[in-house]
Amino acid sequence: MSLRIVVTVKYVPDATGDRHFADDLTVDRDDVDGLLSELDEYAVEQALQISENSDDDVEVTVLTVGPEDAKDALRKALSMGADKAIHVEDDDLHGTDAIGTSLVLAKAIEKAGFDLVVSGMASTDGTAGVVPALLAERLGIPQVTLLSEVSVEDGTVKGRRDGDAASEQLEASLPAVVSVTDQSGEARYPSFKGIMAAKKKPVESWDLSDLDIEAEEVGLEGAWTKVEDAAARPARTAGTIVKDEGEGGKQLAEFLAGQKFI
Amino acid sequence: MAEVLVYVDHVDGAVRKPTLELLTLARRIGEPVAVALGNGAADTAAALAEHGAVKVLTHDASEYADYLVVPKVDALQAAVEAVSPAAVLVPSSAEGKEIAARLALRIGSGIITDAVDLEAGDEGPVATQSVFAASFTTKSRVSKGTPVITVKPNSAAVEAAAAAGAVEALAVTFSAAATGTKVTARTARESTGRPELTEAAIVVSGGRGVNGAENFAIIEALADSLGAAVGASRAAVDAGWYPHTNQVGQTGKSVSPQLYIANGISGAIQHRAGMQTSKTIVAVNKDAEAPIFELVDFGVVGDLFDVVPQLTDEVKARKG
Repeated sequence: MSLRIVVTVKYVPDATGDRHFADDLTVDRDDVDGLLSELDEYAVEQALQISENSDDDVEVTVLTVGPEDAKDALRKALSMGADKAIHVEDDDLHGTDAIGTSLVLAKAIEKAGFDLVVSGMASTDGTAGVVPALLAERLGIPQVTLLSEVSVEDGTVKGRRDGDAASEQLEASLPAVVSVTDQSGEARYPSFKGIMAAKKKPVESWDLSDLDIEAEEVGLEGAWTKVEDAAARPARTAGTIVKDEGEGGKQLAEFLAGQKFI
Repeated sequence: MAEVLVYVDHVDGAVRKPTLELLTLARRIGEPVAVALGNGAADTAAALAEHGAVKVLTHDASEYADYLVVPKVDALQAAVEAVSPAAVLVPSSAEGKEIAARLALRIGSGIITDAVDLEAGDEGPVATQSVFAASFTTKSRVSKGTPVITVKPNSAAVEAAAAAGAVEALAVTFSAAATGTKVTARTARESTGRPELTEAAIVVSGGRGVNGAENFAIIEALADSLGAAVGASRAAVDAGWYPHTNQVGQTGKSVSPQLYIANGISGAIQHRAGMQTSKTIVAVNKDAEAPIFELVDFGVVGDLFDVVPQLTDEVKARKG
């Protein structure tokens, strides 16, 4: 038996950098350093663990949709241990929203061939966390999402979903879409050997025509939502800072009372 | 007047606060029609009527508890087809966002997630979002189809507004996909008796400076004196000192309370992302250079083990 895993990953602006918007109100990806979204590292990690724990012949493919630089995210995933990568890149993709992104990913996943899709819980830039559910809807397969534990055995995926009100054990037959949280287990660091090996691993490049997607279906013009305004949040006005010299807690209480919190 | 569908988050008929906030926002756009599913669905009607729901569409079936997400999408889609609403509003919980996304795709509509405000506009509702760790505020609208918008807790005040709240049975036919993901077991979380983190008016959080699981007792004591929820930074959660369900930050909960008290938290971007929109922020930290002090309305540079218990005692004394 073989198991084909496709891991969706995103190349995002570094959250510790000065993230901002470009003139067309899309995320500026030029002036800020980018990297593999931290939350997608957990997806790569879980895919690799499923692969390592399986008696089947497992192939892990990482897939991204994004500009030229997004290859960096694929390289990182390959150096962690993924087998191959697919990069969907097309100028017409600029400004694509979540619904459009899910279309491109779904078409690419189908073209690649898959038994299991593994995603992170959300990207660190958009943070909506809806793409895994959208992929399940588009691919017509079960969603087993927001897992803090996942395993695959005999064509069945099982996992634990820790919600606010309850912790649930989930189960579905493959093919399925899984998303994992940052509680699923620390992602490995690429080894020197892994980094060297990644340089020789195949990275395929596809554009929209390879996926039979029309330019109008995606991009800023094809987006299903429109950002009308983006403004930097006004800096908070400088507050009062006191040094505790034995009365710090009382001073804080005085402030809270003045604000009617007590 | 146009009708606005509001998806009801409830526990066995007890409506959760974010849904009541959605009714406030829905009334800005049209007449709220609530959709309540699962065990106790009909019991939600009284509370929903008090807050402006003109109708409450209900349906109960075992599928809602036994299978993940999709049965609820099927039901909400049936409600959209029955009502032809001007917009669909869903609470921004993890599950709410997944339901909303799949619904949007099915009905050929765009989706906006995690709105923090909503107002009527010439071309449909305009949603305010807080992005890039709350360093930017955007205004967006759905440009195709019926707007599907998820709204974060604490985005609006709960307002009483009596309406008919007439209960109607919703006809739902489950799709083939409905039974795709089975919930084989469910363990309810033990209640701490404290307010829900995302819904609380006051949140008291502890970070690396708390320095041990046992020391969280002093954070909890302050929280309890104020009737607050307890939060924790990623550092504290990763160290195993407090449960992940209480994590505030990018990969945890995003909170926007009236008052946020950060104790022993440096204020890294990962944490700021989850609390920066709080109305009033105070912090206690040993390190005067900690970035959290850039955000505060009032800060105390000092040892939290001295300052926090003193504050707790003072709060108790003042509350008498």
